[in-house]
Amino acid sequence: MSTVISQIFNGLQSGSVYALVALGYSMVYGIIMLLNFAHGDIIMVGAYVAWIMIAKAGLPPAVGVVAAVVGCTLLGITIEKVAYAPLRKSPRLSLLITAIGISFFLENLAQLVMGAGAKSMPEIVSGPGLSFAGANISFVAMVTIVVAVISMVLLTILVQRTKMGKAMRAVSEDMDSARLMGISVNRTISFTFALGSALAGIGAVLYSCAYPQASPTMGSMLGLKAFVAAVLGGIGSIPGAMIGGFAIGLLEAFVSAVGLSVWKEGAVFAILILVLLIKPTGIMGRVITEKV
Amino acid sequence: MLQVNDINVYYGPIHAIKGLSFEVRPGEIVALIGANGAGKSTVLKTISGLIRPKTGSIVFDGRDITKTEAHKIVQAGLAHVPEGRRIFLQMTVMENLEMGAFTQKSVSEEDLEAVFTRFPRLKERRRQIAGTLSGGEQQMLAMGRALMSRPKLMMLDEPSMGLAPLLVAQIFEIIAELNKSGTTILLVEQNAGMALEVAHRAYVLETGRITLSGTGAELAESDEIKKAYLGG
Repeated sequence: MSTVISQIFNGLQSGSVYALVALGYSMVYGIIMLLNFAHGDIIMVGAYVAWIMIAKAGLPPAVGVVAAVVGCTLLGITIEKVAYAPLRKSPRLSLLITAIGISFFLENLAQLVMGAGAKSMPEIVSGPGLSFAGANISFVAMVTIVVAVISMVLLTILVQRTKMGKAMRAVSEDMDSARLMGISVNRTISFTFALGSALAGIGAVLYSCAYPQASPTMGSMLGLKAFVAAVLGGIGSIPGAMIGGFAIGLLEAFVSAVGLSVWKEGAVFAILILVLLIKPTGIMGRVITEKV
Repeated sequence: MLQVNDINVYYGPIHAIKGLSFEVRPGEIVALIGANGAGKSTVLKTISGLIRPKTGSIVFDGRDITKTEAHKIVQAGLAHVPEGRRIFLQMTVMENLEMGAFTQKSVSEEDLEAVFTRFPRLKERRRQIAGTLSGGEQQMLAMGRALMSRPKLMMLDEPSMGLAPLLVAQIFEIIAELNKSGTTILLVEQNAGMALEVAHRAYVLETGRITLSGTGAELAESDEIKKAYLGG
C-alpha cells in the first residue's frame, strides 16, 4: 500500500510538469494549429537561466525562479514574432518544419554557449517531507503538485473570465470573425505564446527540482512526453492537457513501480500510438469539421 | 459615409473585383445584389479589411481605411456581419455579445439592454452555448454582436441565407428598424426582392462589376432585374 501511495505521488509530481508543458502545446495548437516542437527546448533554456542565476551568479533561488519564468516568456514571444508570424499565411507544414528548426537551433545554441555537459543545479526548495500512510512524500513533490495546480487554476480563470482569455478562445475558434470584433489577432497570438511559455518556465523550475541538472537536450524528451500528454488529453483542449499530463506521469510511475522502468518511455509512446489509432481526438477533444 | 473608389481585388490570378466604385450616404440602406459568385462578399471583406485591394481606395467617415488593419476598422465604427454569421459557436450567447463589445472599454449595460430589447430571444438564451441556437437565432446573435460595437455603418452579408420565409421577413423588419434608429446599412443579398424593398438605393453586381444602379423602387421595376433576379 505504501508503495502504491508513494508511486501515486511520484506520478503526480512528474505529471504536474508534463501537464504544465502540455498546456503550452495545446494552447498554441488551439490558436494557430501549430505543433510547436520548440516548446520543450524553451524549458531547457529556462533551466539554464535558473542555473546561471543561482549557481553562477549566486543569487537567491527565488530570483532564479522569476528569471527563468520571465526568460521563457520573452523567448516564447520572440520565437513567435521572428519565426512563426512571418509564416502566418503559409501552409501549415512550413510552420511545422520551422518549429523543428527552432528546436535544433536552441539545442545547438545551448551546446555552443553552455557546453555539452550537464550542469548540476543547486537546491531550489527544501523542507521536511511528509509521512502519509507509511509512504514518504518529499517536500519537492508537494511543492511541485501545489504550484502546478495553482498555475492551472489561475490559467483557467484567465481563459474563462478575462477579456484577453475570451479573445484567445474567439481567435482559436474563428480568426477572421475575431478580427471583425476588433480583436488584434497578432496580439492575441503573442499573448498565447507568452502564457504557454510562462507555464513552461514554471515547468522548467519544477523539473529542475526533481532532476537537478541542466543539459542542452533535456527539453526534447520532456517536450515529446508532454506532447503525448496533450494528444492524449485532446490537443487544443486546456483541461485535456491537464488530465493528459497527470495521466502520463502516473503511467510512468506505475510502469517503473512494477519493475519495467526501462520501458517507461516506450509505454508513453505506446499510448500515443493507441490514442491515434483508437480516439485521435483524445479524451477531451472535439471532432473538428474542416471548414470549406 | 462610405466611398469605395475604383477598387481592384484579386484572389491569386483571379481578378474578382474589377474597378468597382460606389458610395453609401449617412442614414441610407444600400443593397448590393447579384448572383452567386458576382463578388458581393468579396466587396464587404475588402471594406472591412479582411482582404486588401490591389488598387483603389476606401474612405469611411472621411478617413482613408484602405490599408487599415481589420481590427482597427471596427474601432472606427464599421461593423461587418459576415456571410454564414460566423458567431463563436463554442462560446455562450453572452460571451459572443461581449466579444462584439471588444472595442469598448467595458461591456455597457445600456448597449446590452438595447440588444436584448431588439432580440428578446437572446436574453432568454444568454447563458446557452451559441452553437445550440437555431439559424434564425444565430443570425440575431450575429447582428446583436455587431451592434455591441456601436457601429455607424453596419454591413450585412446575406442575412436571409438559410432562413424560413417568416424569419426572413422578421430579419428585414429589424434591418429597417435599425436604420430608422440611426444606423446606416450596407446590405448584400441574393434575395433581391426583399433587399430592393427595404433599400433606399441598390447596385447590381455582375462578375466583379457594377452593371446597374438606382433607387430600390426603380430597380425593382426594371425589366432586366425582374428577369434576372426576381423570377419574372
